[in-house]
Amino acid sequence: MSPPGWGGNLLRGLFNSVLIAAGAYSIGIMVGIAGAFGKLYGGPVLRDLLELYTTIVRAVPELVLILLLYFAGTDLINRLLEAFGYQRIDINGLVAGICVLGIVQGAYSTEVIRGAILAIPQGQIEAARAYGMSPGLLLRRITLPAMLPFAIPGLANLWLIATKDTALLAIVGFNELTQETRTAASTTKAYFTFFLVAGALYLLLTLFSNVIIARVEKWARRGMHVESH
Amino acid sequence: MKYAPEAAAEAIHIENLHKKFGELHVLKGVSLSARDGDVVAIIGGSGSGKSTLLRCINCLENPTSGLIRVNGEEIKLKADSHGHTVPADRRQIERIRSRLGMVFQSFNLWSHMTLIENVIEVPIHVLGVQRDEAVANAERLLARVGLSEKRDVYPAFLSGGQQQRGAIARALAIEPRVMLFDEPTSALDPELVGEVLKVIGDLAQEGRTMILVTHEMKFARKVATHVVYLYNGLVEEEGPPEAIFGAPRSDRLKKFLHNVH
Repeated sequence: MSPPGWGGNLLRGLFNSVLIAAGAYSIGIMVGIAGAFGKLYGGPVLRDLLELYTTIVRAVPELVLILLLYFAGTDLINRLLEAFGYQRIDINGLVAGICVLGIVQGAYSTEVIRGAILAIPQGQIEAARAYGMSPGLLLRRITLPAMLPFAIPGLANLWLIATKDTALLAIVGFNELTQETRTAASTTKAYFTFFLVAGALYLLLTLFSNVIIARVEKWARRGMHVESH
Repeated sequence: MKYAPEAAAEAIHIENLHKKFGELHVLKGVSLSARDGDVVAIIGGSGSGKSTLLRCINCLENPTSGLIRVNGEEIKLKADSHGHTVPADRRQIERIRSRLGMVFQSFNLWSHMTLIENVIEVPIHVLGVQRDEAVANAERLLARVGLSEKRDVYPAFLSGGQQQRGAIARALAIEPRVMLFDEPTSALDPELVGEVLKVIGDLAQEGRTMILVTHEMKFARKVATHVVYLYNGLVEEEGPPEAIFGAPRSDRLKKFLHNVH
């Protein structure tokens, strides 16, 4: 193989991993915000459904969830399509991976964001109501920015977990970093080299993430008295 | 400016207000009126319902029954599916709230915004004022409460007295028809009470309409045009400050004044 050779494959795998992690994390945060508000302010039925979601997703091993959602999920979609007289479709591995990990991330985000909202001093929410803010404005201008400093540590953890959970998608044959490494290693028999490189790439991704997270946290805590460091 | 002329328009009108928290009957039929320019001080012991009464005016607490008019407009109330009374028209209550400047016991400035951001927030995002105009107005108000140098400081880095003066600037920024003060000095260290009372006193002097729940009897006597003494969810006695503090009639009020002095 000519340069960059297997190294290029690994970098492509890393790129795919980051792409999945970023997509899943974004979906997770959106699900988390909606889930947290549903749990805090929703009706009893919605609250029960969300409790069921967060409990099940957090109770079942992620590997099992991925296998379940990926194979059973795509099978279910195709069966439904056939039942309504449509053609079976090939579900894109990237999209499926993002959705599956997004559902997992959403369950954890829901709890992180719910806790962060509860940590906002209630008087600040009350002041916003007292000055005539509508629920949408209150969410956008007060609740979300005010809960951020309390949510950042939890959400930062979730991002790091998301980057590494992408490795689980190797099981369904998606070409993310771990799968590319496996292919490279088994083809060349240079297991040690390639897995060492893969480990280093995951480490670099985490270190880079930490730099970004530290900046975001500093910004989010700009109004807080006690420095986090 | 201390006594509003008889012709002044009605600012707040409350009639036969009841508030229950579950089994607890906090307000048992309170009526209260304030015309433009009035400074109404509500006094009473803890648990008398004075804060609850104030918080019912802008529906931070929903009254169980009764009538509330703000600037002649009656707040529409309805029963929700649990049988609780709630505002019937969200937009109406938001509009009314946006012209009532509430000052809280614990300041409640928004912690993720600097002082000036706190002051311009409602004018820009609720009232639709242009940013330049809101900032210019906020700078004037911060100068007025003596906080010009603190404009870009976050609330957590201010003293309690500074936070409360900032909160008063935030309330003034909406050009309120009525200012509502909920024990504005109760959470302050004693040496910081004076600076806040001075600002509130100046506002009373210039003829602002205010409803003031307070424990500061000397201050109430000085600035109020009308004093209401609440006892156990009912108006026990009310009148001009000279009468309430100088010649109280009810034994409970006499005892209360004796105990707080």
